[in-house]
Amino acid sequence: MTAVAEQAGAWLAEFSAQAKQEKWIQALREAAFDRFSKLGFPTTRDEEWRFTNVAPIARTNWKTQPASGGPIPEAAEQHLGKHAPETAFSALNTAFLDHVHYVEIPRGTVRETPIEITYDAGHAEGAAHHPRTLIVVGAHAQCTVVETYRGQGKYLTNAVTEIVAGEGAVIDHYKVQLESPEAYHVAMLQASLGRNANFSSHSISLGAALARNDAGAILSVGTEATLNGLYIVNGSQHIDNHTVLDHAKPNGASHEVYKGILDGKSSAVFNGRIIVRQDAQKTDSKQTNKNLVLSDNATINTKPELQIHADDVRCTHGATIGQLDSESMFYLRSRGIPKREARSLLIYAFAQDIVDRIKVPSLRESLERQLFEKFHEHGN
Amino acid sequence: MALLEIKDLHATVGGREILRGISLTVNAGEVHAIMGPNGSGKSTLAQVLAGRDLYAITRGSVTYDGQDLLDLDPEERAQAGVFLAFQYPVEIPGVSNMYFLKAALNTVRKAQGLPELDAMDFLDLVRDKMTAMKMDQTLLNRPVNTGFSGGEKKRNEIFQMAVLEPRLAILDETDSGLDIDALKLVSAGVNSMRSPQRSMIVVTHYQRLLSEIVPDFVHVLAEGRIVKSGGKELALELEAGGYAALGIKDEAEAVAR
Repeated sequence: MTAVAEQAGAWLAEFSAQAKQEKWIQALREAAFDRFSKLGFPTTRDEEWRFTNVAPIARTNWKTQPASGGPIPEAAEQHLGKHAPETAFSALNTAFLDHVHYVEIPRGTVRETPIEITYDAGHAEGAAHHPRTLIVVGAHAQCTVVETYRGQGKYLTNAVTEIVAGEGAVIDHYKVQLESPEAYHVAMLQASLGRNANFSSHSISLGAALARNDAGAILSVGTEATLNGLYIVNGSQHIDNHTVLDHAKPNGASHEVYKGILDGKSSAVFNGRIIVRQDAQKTDSKQTNKNLVLSDNATINTKPELQIHADDVRCTHGATIGQLDSESMFYLRSRGIPKREARSLLIYAFAQDIVDRIKVPSLRESLERQLFEKFHEHGN
Repeated sequence: MALLEIKDLHATVGGREILRGISLTVNAGEVHAIMGPNGSGKSTLAQVLAGRDLYAITRGSVTYDGQDLLDLDPEERAQAGVFLAFQYPVEIPGVSNMYFLKAALNTVRKAQGLPELDAMDFLDLVRDKMTAMKMDQTLLNRPVNTGFSGGEKKRNEIFQMAVLEPRLAILDETDSGLDIDALKLVSAGVNSMRSPQRSMIVVTHYQRLLSEIVPDFVHVLAEGRIVKSGGKELALELEAGGYAALGIKDEAEAVAR
């Protein structure tokens, strides 16, 4: 047997043991499992996974857990599985479709209160979770969604979130990844954005032994998309952020700022792809990736990937990798601020602008608290 | 007793000796000017006294208020009352001036056995001092020195000094980059802080600052050594004859930097 067939075989029993679902769901599941069986888990020979080795996920026999959320409503049929690109992981998620967190905001409705979705893996050693979220926002409707991922022990979270925004919709999306230090976290976020829609994604990654985020958005005419990210890794943690901003139509704008703080023997990957299609004239796109490396043993691989097929566009990108500025340290200390505190202050300052952009006060405050504790812990 | 006693101080950076045997005694309440051409070691001396670890001390001693200053971390020196007004104040985006200065003041106060100030008390304290330096209060909410003009940065240094009330203030080329109005303002701020308990070391290339902040003593530094010491009239002598009159080469800035 090939490695791929072996992997699919290990999941087959789990897949077949599932209770049957409605016909359309069953069809989705089967097509997805078929796809997964053909693809198999990626290896570091795949360009998209060059720096992220998922062999530890591939060779573990995970025990699939029932998904959290509610039964899949009929209304979901139009969008479920229609937006997320089919990768081995997203296919596997779809193969285990069972429950979803389904958010639907009717046209013209403004939801003031943030919708909070928590995926808590609990404490089931060796469990595989396939959280699925579908957010459908009607024309000129507005909402804020906060997805939080947490758990204890060693488990796999393989999440897929699909977002569909109608014309002029405004969506503020937060993903807070606080998985356990032993956990594996793979997540795909894909947004299909309508004309003049405004989408902001904030991705905060603090946990997991290995985490891979794929965040993508397809923009229409006059769409504005913002991707903000903050990743903080220590010890032997590995975090990989792949983003794709696909400007399909004219007059779209995208702003992307991802910041990383690396300590210990941790490693991080940032790959930001920006596609400007032939039709997408007057696109305005700006991408920034900044990394603060606190240890000699941490590794960062950062790469912008611009694919521009239109001629009247403005696209800028920049990546930096730096250490704590010794002059800033000396300046703070020369005013009486102890070394440890000066260090925390500078690390915190580095992350500040991403935190400041979080518009949900309770989330911002809890994050500020967590960062504060984390940096004090780092500062010894 | 001397507040500061520097004896035969030698310091190197990257194996190059910058300070080559400096001895200087500063008593409480005295203002000493250190003059010298670029590359003479003035700024190095200022940074070494504040504890910059870029420099290796290869010989000599510095005693401050009876303790070995070189043995203290920069923050311990600040807590003991040493203050350096930087020649090039550092921009720190993401840290507000207010948070920074309040944290600094409270650690210094704590070290002196004084109670910490809350935000309200702190604001009361800084308000007058900002007005004196003609600084807009909105500067408090801006990140430290970020986007400040050259003059604003220098005023911010003296404002910090006024808030922290050091016993030994070292002013490193505080006059550089200031126009005459800003120079007068900054000097007035410094002069208002002169007291029998507070000593100052004013490092400068030019005499014009010393017309505003009149020193008790002037020392001329060349090639890492004090080559001449005298009263305030020495600064005027230098102004008239230049460093060359003392047989000192005033290296072109480009060479020194």
